[in-house]
Amino acid sequence: MGLELYLDLLSQPCRAVYIFAKKNRIPFELRTVDLREGQHLSDAFAQVNPLQKVPVLKDGDFVLTESVAILLYLARKYKVPDHWYPQDPQACARVDEYLAWQHTALRRNCLRALWHKVMLPVFLGELVSPETLAATLAELDMALQFLQDKAFLTGPHISLADLVSCLHHAPVFKGRPKLAAWRQRVEAAVGEALFQEAHEVILKAKDSQPADPTLKQKMLPKVLAMIQ
Amino acid sequence: MGLELYLDLLSQPCRAVYIFAKKNRIPFELRTVDLLKGQNHSDDFVQVNPLRKVPALKDGDFTLAESVAILLYLARKYEAPDHWYPQDLQARARVDEYLSWQHTALRMSCTRAMWQKMMFPVFLGQRVPPETLANTLAELDRCLQLLEDKFLKDQDFLAGPHISVADLVAITELMHPVSAGCDIFKSRPKLAAWRQRVEAAVGEDLFREAHAVLMKAKDLPPADTAVKERLKPLAQLFL
Repeated sequence: MGLELYLDLLSQPCRAVYIFAKKNRIPFELRTVDLREGQHLSDAFAQVNPLQKVPVLKDGDFVLTESVAILLYLARKYKVPDHWYPQDPQACARVDEYLAWQHTALRRNCLRALWHKVMLPVFLGELVSPETLAATLAELDMALQFLQDKAFLTGPHISLADLVSCLHHAPVFKGRPKLAAWRQRVEAAVGEALFQEAHEVILKAKDSQPADPTLKQKMLPKVLAMIQ
Repeated sequence: MGLELYLDLLSQPCRAVYIFAKKNRIPFELRTVDLLKGQNHSDDFVQVNPLRKVPALKDGDFTLAESVAILLYLARKYEAPDHWYPQDLQARARVDEYLSWQHTALRMSCTRAMWQKMMFPVFLGQRVPPETLANTLAELDRCLQLLEDKFLKDQDFLAGPHISVADLVAITELMHPVSAGCDIFKSRPKLAAWRQRVEAAVGEDLFREAHAVLMKAKDLPPADTAVKERLKPLAQLFL
């Protein structure tokens, strides 16, 4: 069995891994783990990842979690073009810096924005106050000052940093032209077809069927803990 | 001007960077940034890190934030022994996995535990509801279990048979609740044994030196009103 990637393209870190693997023509078996169906909570998946999260990489007997670790592993093993994770010590450090920072800053805010705006109301039937949503989007703005006047987040070329940033959410880009321009550049660098393919699931998220009550009961506390 | 490291040893990630640099005899100028005194907001420091956080590195004109990025930069530039960040693909991935996971797991619960158990009542004179503290300690316990089950397992160190930057990042986190009187190693012999190994590998003197500021935190005189006001937003994060 070759490389397997356990992903749900609903999840942003999964999309980052998917785009990276596809863009670099890394051969893998896609194992879809449908979060809205609660498949990540199954016994079968617990065998793969007891933490019940995606993405997960399985390379023979080697199992790896954490999207950043997975991206770095793939970049090294498949010897991808330098710009994704540069050899140059300072350029590399910039990417490391962003990958570290985004865990608690941008990633969390994007996650909250998604859940507040779409998933909680639509999928779990919980309403969120406009003030909460506004506060989340305001934090997002603060976090995005990282971009400054560079073409990409850490320099003149696309890197892993640009992939792990949240790229969906048209409402987020409205009124933020710098960010919108950056997103265009990322889409162009990745390739429009691949970019659209990776974002198909998330763009349809607002049309999710409401979760069944049993699933909702299981998921709601975890979701609330995740976005606190 | 050579390498400068902007640190407050009260902060967990600063301790990891300090220990790594000292252990590997990396020559640097220590620039202390006293967080409780608000020195991270000084004009000088904002030039180094506009995000106003420590640790921060300055190497000539090059500035860098984020302890993980700093550790890796130092490891590479000063060609630290391989075990700190191994060349082997899978061993390295294990270190990366830990360094990634800890941001939103152990870091949060260790910081909260220390602040809620000690800094709020002792330094800020602020009461923490018992349920809040109980929840925080429960979450800490959950993270410690994951640390043992998922990362340490039956290995000597977190990413394998040798100490790596992952162990430095982890041990400095765990000392945070310890300084507040949370005896997290008491009921966890596996973790206690790992701690001994890490301390021995780092060197007891260096380990103690790095934790001196932290261990004296419980004896800090209560903050005055101005300090309390200034720390209010920061403190809110930790409740």
